[in-house]
Amino acid sequence: MERAKAGRVAARREEARRVKRVAERMAEGVLAREHRTLWGDAMRRFARNRLALASLVVALGLICMALFADIISPSRYDQIDLAAVHQSPSLHHLLGTDLIGRDYLTRIVYGARTSMAVALLVQGIAFGVGIPLGAMAGLRAGRADFLIMRLVDVATALPGMLFAIFVMAVLGTGFSNVVLALSVTSWVLVCRLVRGQFLSIREKDFITAARCIGASGARIIFRHMLPNALAPLVVALALGIPGAMFGEAALSYLGMGINDPIPSWGKMVSASLGYVRIYPYLALFPTLMIAAAMLSFTFVGDGLRDALDPQMVIE
Amino acid sequence: MARYIIGRLISLIFVILIISMITFGLMHSVPGGPFDEEKQPLPPAAKANILRKYGLDRPVWEQYLRYIWHALHFDFGIPFQSPTETIPRLISRTWVPTIQIGVLTILLSYSLGPLLGIVAALHQNSWIDYFASLLSALGLAVPNFIIALWMILLLAVQLDWLPTGGWGEPYHFIMPVIAYALGPLSGIARYTRSSMLEAMRGDYVRTARAKGLGERAVVLRHIFKNALIPIITVFGPQIPNLLTGSIFIEATFRIPGLGKFFITSTFERDYPMIMALVLMVAVLWGFTYLVSDILYTVVDPRIRFERPA
Repeated sequence: MERAKAGRVAARREEARRVKRVAERMAEGVLAREHRTLWGDAMRRFARNRLALASLVVALGLICMALFADIISPSRYDQIDLAAVHQSPSLHHLLGTDLIGRDYLTRIVYGARTSMAVALLVQGIAFGVGIPLGAMAGLRAGRADFLIMRLVDVATALPGMLFAIFVMAVLGTGFSNVVLALSVTSWVLVCRLVRGQFLSIREKDFITAARCIGASGARIIFRHMLPNALAPLVVALALGIPGAMFGEAALSYLGMGINDPIPSWGKMVSASLGYVRIYPYLALFPTLMIAAAMLSFTFVGDGLRDALDPQMVIE
Repeated sequence: MARYIIGRLISLIFVILIISMITFGLMHSVPGGPFDEEKQPLPPAAKANILRKYGLDRPVWEQYLRYIWHALHFDFGIPFQSPTETIPRLISRTWVPTIQIGVLTILLSYSLGPLLGIVAALHQNSWIDYFASLLSALGLAVPNFIIALWMILLLAVQLDWLPTGGWGEPYHFIMPVIAYALGPLSGIARYTRSSMLEAMRGDYVRTARAKGLGERAVVLRHIFKNALIPIITVFGPQIPNLLTGSIFIEATFRIPGLGKFFITSTFERDYPMIMALVLMVAVLWGFTYLVSDILYTVVDPRIRFERPA
């Protein structure tokens, strides 16, 4: 009897000590639940995806190539040396020279700059046009939504590449026209995405709550709606970049893209086509670059999509 | 249902009209026409005569209305580059090589694609699964003209088994069809695989196994049949698209098809031809989407239509 009571007292003391210890550690923040955000989680998931990570390294390499083209490349991209035309790769010209004696490595390096520049500008226009239009359609149902959606219908029905070629033929070749021709249809996806996101988010309780405490329209849009619509937009951006890269390479390949002397991988491929039996290396290097760029950016985009959408079942 | 279809048809007509206006307006907005001086020097009177013959001396809106009126009577004008033919005749003539390649491409990708996807799904994480993933990544991300060039480098230059391009002999089909088919094949294989894996988790599959059905019957009758629905609805609508061919494949292998013809038409500023081709593709796509949306309800009765906005 006496022993049982002593045992109970000891147990109670032990319990009190444990509670005190836990309380102290909670105060120190040790036991507090780890603070996790959507982006932190996404980064962790992305880092686990080895293919996406490797692709990110390649893509960053290509971006560096574009940024530091003047430092990396051994000569100027438009320097013609008629004494050294179509030389095979050698120590002097690591990737050889093209049909009018320009250093091929230099042209390849600068080609990355052309490709990236077109991709970023096209995506910039797509987001600059698509986000406001999509937001307007999603926020104000009725006439604005109707008009914008009919515009989207038309741009969707335009046969994309065919129409881009047609636009190039009408406006003439050149860098800015390539960007323009590819932008005609590129904003549609962004516009649809933002509209859909806004339509569903604006019915959510936290928007009603924000409105109840008197948040202004702009604050609701920029603080509450856009951040919640961000994840699919990031994925759209990541996957839109290889799309625009393809567009530039494809137009240049058909002879309707970038003008000489600015280097473009697509143009280099088409120039090599007639000499593919004699100088196969001229075709090999730019095709490898296009493939590397498309694959790496696509895998990064796929990785981001998988990382940002935990509900989606990955095959 | 009828209401839905009529609504969609009306919006389709509206969209096609807008596209025709944009195309027509763009064509006529820039200086330079098909009968410019540098192409064929003509005395002014003769040039005025030609312009009058084709109606090019009238204001653009009048030309446009005339064009639409004639197009509604299936008169798409006369192609400038081949004035002895009509546009439909010229299109049907150049479409032949494109359709031949398209049909072979469809046969190849729509048979091998599902097969590869099924095998990959049944042997998940085996070497064949990884091979299928690698192939689909390549086919989906790398443009078909790059694949075409690699095939030329390997089969024509390195091994010297095939010519680099050309048209007329049966062996001319080999490289274009494979290069063109890899894209859709990859898409179908990848989609079939994930669709199969999804179906394999279904309760009805466990039931089928539990009642003692053979593996073959389970895979074919229960898994594949259910996995087929999304494949049909996603890749069925691609068929007309594939039949209009790839400009890049035709340019790479020097095939005298529709795509190559479109390029020459744009360079020559052959207005009636460009107009007809852009409209044809837009109409084809529009109807394909409409028909595929209607077919959804037939294949999968769970889908219902709401009234169009």
